[in-house]
Amino acid sequence: MKILIVEDEPKTGAYLRQGLAEAGFVVDLVADGIDGMHLALTEAYDLLILDVMLPRLDGWQLLRAVRQAGRDVPVLFLTARDRVEDRVKGLEIGADDYLVKPFAFAELLARVRTLLRRGKTKELDVLRAADVELDILRRRATRAGKKIDLTTKEFVLLELFMRRLQEVLPRSLIASLVWDMNFDSDTNVIEVAVRRLRAKLDDGFERKLIRTVRGMGYVFDAGDGE
Amino acid sequence: MTRRLSITLRLTLLFGATSVIVLLALGYLITQTVEHHFEEEDLDTLVGKVELAQHALSGVTSNADLDGLSRQLSNALVGHSGLSMTVLGPDGRILFATPNSTFPPALLSLTGTTEHVSTGLVAWTQGEHMFRGLAAAMPIALADISPVTIAVATDISHHAELLDMFSATLWWVMGFAALLSAVLGWVATRFGLMPLRDIARISRETSIDRLNDRIQLNLIPIELKETATEFNDMLARLEDSFRRLTDFASDIAHELRTPISNLMTQTHVTLAQARTIDDYREVLFSNVEELDRLARMVSDMLFLAKADHGLIIPLLETVNLARELTELIEFYGIAAHERDVTLQLSGSGVVMGDRAMLRRAMGNVLSNAIRHSQPGGVVRVIIDGHDEVSVRVENSGAEIATEQLPRVFDRFYRADPSRHPASEGAGLGLAISQSIIHAHDGKIQASSANGITRFTILFSGAVN
Repeated sequence: MKILIVEDEPKTGAYLRQGLAEAGFVVDLVADGIDGMHLALTEAYDLLILDVMLPRLDGWQLLRAVRQAGRDVPVLFLTARDRVEDRVKGLEIGADDYLVKPFAFAELLARVRTLLRRGKTKELDVLRAADVELDILRRRATRAGKKIDLTTKEFVLLELFMRRLQEVLPRSLIASLVWDMNFDSDTNVIEVAVRRLRAKLDDGFERKLIRTVRGMGYVFDAGDGE
Repeated sequence: MTRRLSITLRLTLLFGATSVIVLLALGYLITQTVEHHFEEEDLDTLVGKVELAQHALSGVTSNADLDGLSRQLSNALVGHSGLSMTVLGPDGRILFATPNSTFPPALLSLTGTTEHVSTGLVAWTQGEHMFRGLAAAMPIALADISPVTIAVATDISHHAELLDMFSATLWWVMGFAALLSAVLGWVATRFGLMPLRDIARISRETSIDRLNDRIQLNLIPIELKETATEFNDMLARLEDSFRRLTDFASDIAHELRTPISNLMTQTHVTLAQARTIDDYREVLFSNVEELDRLARMVSDMLFLAKADHGLIIPLLETVNLARELTELIEFYGIAAHERDVTLQLSGSGVVMGDRAMLRRAMGNVLSNAIRHSQPGGVVRVIIDGHDEVSVRVENSGAEIATEQLPRVFDRFYRADPSRHPASEGAGLGLAISQSIIHAHDGKIQASSANGITRFTILFSGAVN
């Protein structure tokens, strides 16, 4: 998977490149709009990450040029300005997602993966990871053949973890996808919910599947090959 | 570009123009009256003389009497220097005439047959003199010269001179009066506009560090009171907004200081000597927590800043409050359960509003109620869908002091300032709720009594 980052703030750009490269992506980084447009039009990328304010050619113009050239590569905008008009404008021109600085890197990574996955994976009806099996249609969860009793939300939460194996899921993303809470709330609800799920899933087993990544979020660690 | 004339100039011109108009009207009236008076006087005299002549003529019965007539008439006219008279026979023969008397033929032909004359005054000019005259016809006893025409005239040149002199004087007086009233008007205007200059002075001197100046209302004339009051109110509003802005700015600085200081100290201490990988990781974890808090505070403050500028524009859709609150309770219930707090929902209602924003507003209130509820307590959420839709969130626990109640929606307000805020938000949650509810034209209030603290959200745009 190849990603182009166009970001003129050197520290942000460098860390984004490092983080995404370490997550397994091939990353190109340029710092101005003209170079970015040139690369976006000549190379094949799976995703563009664009800053809105760029020297020489801003993010909007770059995106417009890419769309006019008939390329429908997914585009994620990063911006320091959070204005509704900007968001609307970006979506009108054909941006796929929009992230306001400052953001958690885990959040960015989760969104990048969502965009790359979009329309590519089949939604499986039965998910399997390690010795856990999740039957989506029958709403049944088992570990090592033993049934686990889950509430509706716990089931949705486990499904999220299992669709995104090995991905660190930030709290804000979990709150948004499971409870439709799309704002930062100052509670420890996610911690409590994950702890409860973990109790039902991992208690009594030596191998713990849901792991806390401090300061970032939670990950379902199927631990293949370990 | 056209500029409006200054008020002083305008009033000065108006004063001048007004006095000119008044004096002109007055002058015209006086001239007319005097002239009319002269005319009446002339008429009186002339009619008197005609009647005299008629009387004399009525006594003429023979040609011999005509000789006596001349004498009789001459005697009657003695002492009237400006008077001239002529008596003519029907063929134009002059029966009597004062010296130098000439009459315009028009006058002489005007005569009727009436004996009494009161109108028919005619004026004419001869040489340098102006005359006013009257003529009458009269039958007499001498058949061969009957009827006779009597014509009298009086020299009115002195009247005209008097009137000319009068109008010349009047023009001077008028000019002078106009000038005088303009000057006085200018002085009066300058004096009268003094309070306006006071307002201007205060406006000029108003600046950020002198927002507390006000116009003294008791020194201001009644006409300007409204303007001055509005002006004072504007200053008060500005002062209040500005004070809140500065308070907010210093609060921000204060709130940022703690996490930044933590970050700096921790990082500096860690860097002071070599450590194990785990130690470094520990510092980074700790830093991430502080940074998360900072990032959330910044985005909350941006939200509030946007709300202050009216940039929070709710989408209007139908929001089922019972459904939203059920989901919120499901979410926050997980945290409440940890604290052994029970959540209860009752009632239903529908409002027009922005679903995501209302979730956030109600979620913050709910979260706040759970946090301040005593362990084992109950948080009741009651939707009242009648008339005006409202949502009440009640929790049992420590009361909020009455004087603190209005402050709970203030930014960075915390019930217990000594408590470390790490476990809670930055104290912006209820402020955000308030901004959202206000953007929906609703109201949010807090009350606290008998061990129950209650937050009430009143919606105005309810849909039944």
